[in-house]
Amino acid sequence: MNADLKASRSRSVLKLAAAAALMLLVLIVIPAFVEVYQMQLLIYGLIAAIAALGFNLLLGYTGLLSFGHSAYFGIGAYTVAFVVQYLGPHSMEFYILIGIPAVAIMSALFGYICVRHTQIFFGILTLAISQVVYSLALKLYWETGGSDGLRVPRPTLLLGWLSFSGPRGFQQFITSYYYYVLAVFVVCVVLMWVIVHSPFGKTLQAIRDNEIRARFLGIRIRRFRWIAFLVSGTFTGLAGILWVPLNGLTTPDVLYWTFSGEIVFTALLGGFRNFTGPIVGGMVFTYLKTYAVASTEYWQLLLGVVLVTLVLVLPTGIVGAISKLGQRLARGKS
Amino acid sequence: MAILTIQILNSLLYASVLFLIAAGLSLIFGVMRIVNLAHGSLYAVGAYVTAWLVGRGIALGVPLKWLFLLLPVGALSVALIGMVIEPLLLRPFYRRAEEYQLLVTFGLIQILEDMMRLIWGGTPLSADTLMDALPIIHVGGLFYPAYNLVVIGVGVIAAVVLWAGIYHTKFGVMLRATSQDRRMASALGLNVGLVYVSAFGIGCFMAGLGGAIVVPTQAAVLGMGIDALIIAFVVVVIGGLGSLKGALIGAVVVSFVRTAGIQFFPELELAVLYLIAALVLLVRPTGLFGTA
Repeated sequence: MNADLKASRSRSVLKLAAAAALMLLVLIVIPAFVEVYQMQLLIYGLIAAIAALGFNLLLGYTGLLSFGHSAYFGIGAYTVAFVVQYLGPHSMEFYILIGIPAVAIMSALFGYICVRHTQIFFGILTLAISQVVYSLALKLYWETGGSDGLRVPRPTLLLGWLSFSGPRGFQQFITSYYYYVLAVFVVCVVLMWVIVHSPFGKTLQAIRDNEIRARFLGIRIRRFRWIAFLVSGTFTGLAGILWVPLNGLTTPDVLYWTFSGEIVFTALLGGFRNFTGPIVGGMVFTYLKTYAVASTEYWQLLLGVVLVTLVLVLPTGIVGAISKLGQRLARGKS
Repeated sequence: MAILTIQILNSLLYASVLFLIAAGLSLIFGVMRIVNLAHGSLYAVGAYVTAWLVGRGIALGVPLKWLFLLLPVGALSVALIGMVIEPLLLRPFYRRAEEYQLLVTFGLIQILEDMMRLIWGGTPLSADTLMDALPIIHVGGLFYPAYNLVVIGVGVIAAVVLWAGIYHTKFGVMLRATSQDRRMASALGLNVGLVYVSAFGIGCFMAGLGGAIVVPTQAAVLGMGIDALIIAFVVVVIGGLGSLKGALIGAVVVSFVRTAGIQFFPELELAVLYLIAALVLLVRPTGLFGTA
């Protein structure tokens, strides 16, 4: 029985690994077939997927719904902008090296306050803190550029090995940056997979499912939630760090509550009960938003309607719906 | 001295609006155990509807005195919106995990905020005719609009009516019974669905009233709903969610701190408020009067 279970589990892991490898292969060869604009969109999609992956460690695995993850994304973006302004070197590795500790420290600080509460109060606190960060970015304009934001020029990649200037610089940058982000994305996915399947991840899920029982087992709930918050904020912050050179500019918009809403939406769209949900959500959302923004000025309204409908009729998201459909088909066959 | 008096009056004005918003939020939570994230947006809808109605009234040549009647009309329209939202969108979620309730009301924010942009556009909508219709009084050599005193009065009346309604009427008993034990109340023959819809309607009415009375003093702008929601959260965090007394005291504390903040440290005014809220949370996690 036990061996059977183990065998079936390892088989499903194998299947998943095969699917992931296939997916990766598609992502690797795609740039040969599409134009620059589509590649830009793909990069945005990968970045959104990283942000949502981080967010989902809290929502899907710890059961904490944050309405303020824009803060960590924005802190990542602004840290890069400050590095450019004060320290000089235009190297992506340098941005990441400075950016990640900065985001981790801020997530640890804010998380320490937020995880004292769960459910509603957690949501309120995260939203409130992100709005404070937003208002600071807006009001301390002599440092942050106010609503104009801060410019971030194209960085060099791989310790200055690849630099982009000249007439075809932009195109080359996008192509190289695509593979760069893809590599970071793969590292993030693997890392998150390891985290949620580690004893630490299992503990988070135990806390999510039954807090009281977990406490009786001697688990220090608040500390686990705090670390989950820290990891989650850092992943989302890394997405912000990667986003800024692509966008070329960071404005307070990425700190505003609507941006947190987009992150929540992304995870929900893909399905927050699945590991792959936020990844699919990030990709689909990026395209959805691009076309919604192009077709109507009131895309926020459209997103709201889709969000409410999703929660009402499709609470497990795209991935959840597909896997349910797959299960039904498999059962029908056998 | 006169400046101090005016600052105190300004704080009370702000406290009265804040109380209306926070008390509505608290009442809805107390009875239904649901946090309506779209509460601030409903307050903004109240402001927009009232300003729009007043503008229409002026265009049609309605006498000034009658225009004041449009304030409760604005509040009532928000109550009606609330009474549509509750059975349609919230009722399916009482049995489901709390995350879904938060997600639905979050989606509602997005919808309401963009609806306001769609209907009224990006330009601020003002109803200052009402404020100008009332005389300006002298406070120790300085001028102060009498309308602001009306706002303070409305806040006080609302607090008294709400308190009397909850603690001294039969409907109040029904509300409290439902909030304490929904199933027991239902077993004793209470129509819980009706209680919910009226509690939500009353909460929305308070938010709408807040928006309606504030709009003659400051124009309705996009984004005011979110700002109000955040400040209302600070109020309920300090006072305790689900408590009427908490909403009142939290509103007074927040508005005095904010007035002082704008006077002495304008950049950090919001940060100081959150610092206070964070301190209260660390010392008394349920707020000063909270039960949740």
